Amino acid sequence: MKLTTPHMGTVEYLLTDLFARLGVDYMPPPPTTQKTLRLGLQHGPEFACLPLKLTLGNLIEGLDEGADATLMVGGCGPCRFGYYADIQRRIIKGLGYDYEAIVLEPPAHDFRQFVATLKHIAPDKSYRDIWNAFKTGFRKAQAYDRVDRAAIETRCYETERGATDRVREQAQALLAKTWSHHEVIEAETAALRLFDEMPRRDVTPLRISLVGEFYLLLEPFINFDIERYLGERGVWLERSVYLTDWIGPGTKNPVGGHPDEEVARFAAPYLEYRVGGEGQATVGHTVMARLHGHDGVIQLLPFTCMPDTIAKAILPTVSEREDIPVLTLIVDEQTGKAGVHTRLEAFLDLLVSRRRARAAASA
Amino acid sequence: MKGYLGVDVGSVSTNLVLMDEDLAVRADVYTRTQGQPIAAVQRGMDELVAQFDRSWDIAGVGATGSARYLTGVVVGADTVKNEITAHAVAALHTVPDVRTVLEIGGQDSKIILLRDGVVTDFAMNTVCAAGTGSFLDHQAQRLGIPIEEFGTYALRSEKGAQIAGRCGVFAESDMIHKQQMGYATEDIIMGLCESLVRNYLNNLAKGKTISAPIVFQGGVAANAGMKRAFEAALGTEVIIPPHHHVMGALGSAILAKEHVERTGRETAFKGFETSQLEYRTSSFHCKGCANNCEIAKIEVEGEVLARFGSRCGKWDVDSAESKRSMEPVFVVD
Repeated sequence: MKLTTPHMGTVEYLLTDLFARLGVDYMPPPPTTQKTLRLGLQHGPEFACLPLKLTLGNLIEGLDEGADATLMVGGCGPCRFGYYADIQRRIIKGLGYDYEAIVLEPPAHDFRQFVATLKHIAPDKSYRDIWNAFKTGFRKAQAYDRVDRAAIETRCYETERGATDRVREQAQALLAKTWSHHEVIEAETAALRLFDEMPRRDVTPLRISLVGEFYLLLEPFINFDIERYLGERGVWLERSVYLTDWIGPGTKNPVGGHPDEEVARFAAPYLEYRVGGEGQATVGHTVMARLHGHDGVIQLLPFTCMPDTIAKAILPTVSEREDIPVLTLIVDEQTGKAGVHTRLEAFLDLLVSRRRARAAASA
Repeated sequence: MKGYLGVDVGSVSTNLVLMDEDLAVRADVYTRTQGQPIAAVQRGMDELVAQFDRSWDIAGVGATGSARYLTGVVVGADTVKNEITAHAVAALHTVPDVRTVLEIGGQDSKIILLRDGVVTDFAMNTVCAAGTGSFLDHQAQRLGIPIEEFGTYALRSEKGAQIAGRCGVFAESDMIHKQQMGYATEDIIMGLCESLVRNYLNNLAKGKTISAPIVFQGGVAANAGMKRAFEAALGTEVIIPPHHHVMGALGSAILAKEHVERTGRETAFKGFETSQLEYRTSSFHCKGCANNCEIAKIEVEGEVLARFGSRCGKWDVDSAESKRSMEPVFVVD
């Protein structure tokens, strides 16, 4: 079996490590490009969201490169994402590809099924081997997430453009070399220290909280590389979701730092129910932003995304009552980078003048 | 005399403003971009110079609009700012206690909310250009009426015809239908204005509190029918500033003045002679890494002036112009 998976932020680091431990022949698809998007648009249903189309394109490109099996995550909650694995299997089989489509339930959703799927992929490994591989591999993926978090909290201070990216690469290289649990933890400490040791500008940056749909927040190809764009303009960032927090079996979200229950509690005055996907989390994080001293919130969602569309309708009220500016960006294949940059620039201007007005008022 | 230049290069029109030290507009130009931003800027500069009766010492230049970066490099701008901020600055200058700015331009429309002189919220249309200047232009052409007289026709109407304004394509077929039914052109035009205003308020302004004073600017503000429709829908007066068609350029001139005064820097303005130079633009894909960035290149007289679009910065030209205009860094002290 030669296995491929779609791209999704840092998932590749987790899977490369996990499959190396399990002795599975794993091959990530070629990097996501315009060609990937074209394939997804050509074969995907028009009104599905962009995540379906891009991951569909990834799978087709992976199969074209010689994979004979695909692994796609299923999903939790009433968001359509849960059906995508099956829809993609039907589309790709319809195109005449002969391969095995495997669906992986996230451990947070169905841990037993998750382990059973891994056992299917690596039949000669014992359950104990699989558990150990997952435990260490997952811990390592958390370290990658913490490196990403350090990067978005550091980039605004960098004295030279690109310095944070170089440090991030060094940090990832340290992690890539590790194998044992102990090595992972040591490398994580060393990797995070690299960020602390970077030379810093002495500035008080704007602080923005990035909230919204999971895939869009994680995948630079479709979010216009928003973290780098804002970071280079001197903005300190918080992101509402990290890969391991999302797929992990717990609800404490150790990387992002805000447990599901806490976020739901803050959302409750505006949205009491989980509406699928990240709908409630988007509202909760927006409410929390002001308390955390952030200047503004940016919500990212793919066009036709149901849960975050619900959140979008609620955010103007949250914005007004909590006194926190919110910019919503809806992304589909038609969305132009220039238009997004214009809105982001204007939003930063808005935040800067609010800061100045406040400073003037308190002086 | 000291003057400041504002250049706004949008999808449909290119606007230039010469402003004096008291922020008064001394000359302005409104010309079509026609898909050639550099040529439009050069033509605009020539037309602007032709309006002077004395020599002006340009102390600062601002660029805005969707071609702001390119324009910034060509003219040597001191500030390169997005059109939302530029429009808000100009509206604030004209009506200091403004709380709502309605702006409808060639291909986009915006709403900007301000409180106590600070922008608090804004929205810009996304994929649909129904109701913007291009659409009105097209309809005027179809009805055989010069766009400048569109408003006069609308004002002659006593009651606008019902036109479906949700989508430009449907609005057009609805207008044709009303024409075939024998409705007066005046009523159809007024009906179109009303439906476009409805569309604007239902989409762009959805969930936003519109409160007076309201300023209506952009090329479409010249259309008296649109003003009347906005006033009817909002139940309050809508102010159209005297230089409503060049507010973006005025805003960027004000921003340039503030910048030059704050930094004490000499202007980067390249002089009105740039209109005589020959610029060449081209693009290529960088093969340096998997990012496959598309790099746009702009040359003048064989010298590379700027390259845009690389993520890593390896193609950036190390010149004052590109440094000044490429990377606005928002650092709050």
